[in-house]
Amino acid sequence: MFEMDWHAIFQSRELLLTGMWVTLRITLVAIACGLALGTLLAVCATARSAALNAFARGYVSLFRSIPLIMLLLWFFLIVPQFLKALFDLPPTVDIRLVSAMVAFALLEAAFFSEIIRAGIQSLPKGQWQAAQALGMGSYQTLRYVVLPQALKAMLPVLLTQCIVIFQDTSLVYVIALGDFFRRATSIGERDGNLMQMLLFAGATYWLICSALTLLVDLMKRGRRSRVGA
Amino acid sequence: MDYHWNWGVLLQPVATGEPHTYLGWLATGFMNTVALTLCAWLLALVVGSLAGIARTLPSRFARAAGTAYVSLFRNVPLIVQFFVWYFVVPELLPATAGDWIKGLPPYTQFFVVSVLALGVYTGSRVCEQLRAGIEALPKGQRNAGLALGLTLGQTYRHVLLPVAYRTIIPPLTSEFLIISKNSAVASTIGLLELSGQARQLVDYTAQPYESFICVTLGYVVLNFLIIRLMGFVRNRTHVPGLLGQ
Repeated sequence: MFEMDWHAIFQSRELLLTGMWVTLRITLVAIACGLALGTLLAVCATARSAALNAFARGYVSLFRSIPLIMLLLWFFLIVPQFLKALFDLPPTVDIRLVSAMVAFALLEAAFFSEIIRAGIQSLPKGQWQAAQALGMGSYQTLRYVVLPQALKAMLPVLLTQCIVIFQDTSLVYVIALGDFFRRATSIGERDGNLMQMLLFAGATYWLICSALTLLVDLMKRGRRSRVGA
Repeated sequence: MDYHWNWGVLLQPVATGEPHTYLGWLATGFMNTVALTLCAWLLALVVGSLAGIARTLPSRFARAAGTAYVSLFRNVPLIVQFFVWYFVVPELLPATAGDWIKGLPPYTQFFVVSVLALGVYTGSRVCEQLRAGIEALPKGQRNAGLALGLTLGQTYRHVLLPVAYRTIIPPLTSEFLIISKNSAVASTIGLLELSGQARQLVDYTAQPYESFICVTLGYVVLNFLIIRLMGFVRNRTHVPGLLGQ
């Protein structure tokens, strides 16, 4: 029967931790940039301008109709050429990491914008009208009335999407970027214990993601009881 | 940026000496993606339905099993699941079964493993949709069925499921689209579906833009076909008055 060799895993801890740090950096950049761009897109999607609506709709359906793997390959093809054309980059910059970050940031913008748009549209019309009656402009209405409520209402869904991003970053495997999963498999291939490293990687993802999912569930329950429903 | 466009390369015979063109490779890749998506979707519907029903049964054991299944498969990245199905599961099976899988021709093996990985993973998502669909029904439906003397199985078969399935067709359409895109992960274990062919084409022709554009269009076409198919299913099955359309 199969037994885990914890000692071997412990010996490779530095590589694994470096990989986890890459995974986390992609995740965090995707969340930060995705939220910022996604909010902009959501505002475009709900604005009273047909051109902005069409732009937001086109952006979202373009990014959502392409498999993530193809998106990563596309950006790993395009981003390096752009960067070379625009800046004189030092060779220390990891071009794969930058490509992956750009791909995830733009993709998650599409997903976040759908979530935030739903949040904006779920607000009663009276919120807009009240803000306008108080003399607020459209920007002020968005900034002080609509977005704070929309983001708050959608917080559990946004957090769940963050967990999905954390899992999806493992697909950077296809551009040979050394994230946690890629490093785990290369250690396994190097030492001839691929099976063990795969199980270890799966268990690590499972532990992190189910702990986070549990937290989000607790938060949802807490909110529901506060509302008194 | 000076890139030499060369769409003609798609009609050239492949460099491996086989009697195909590069366009033929892409067509094979498209058919593989379609076959994988359909097979895995069928598996996902079966597994997901069983688990979704289990999560709404009175039996505590059935509910716990359903919950464990969802937790396991939704909290591990899909690519890790593909690798585990491919490298680990055959080793853990009894020797005869493991050897049978490893003895299959490589292509069949890639395909079978991909259907299993993709189907069981998507099943955990279908399970959650079906559970939500069943739980959204008024409690009185189940009680009325049981009060009329139907067994639990009959209540599900004739009362709960016919409505639950029809109300979850929109989310199931999304899942169908998601599974068609997730099928690209199969390229990481070696299946030459659409994304796999895209990378192989780049290796052989050094014309990445032509190859990626064709493959991306392939996925767009597939998405379109799925949306039309599910729209047809929705129109044929929609519950009068319930969906408000």
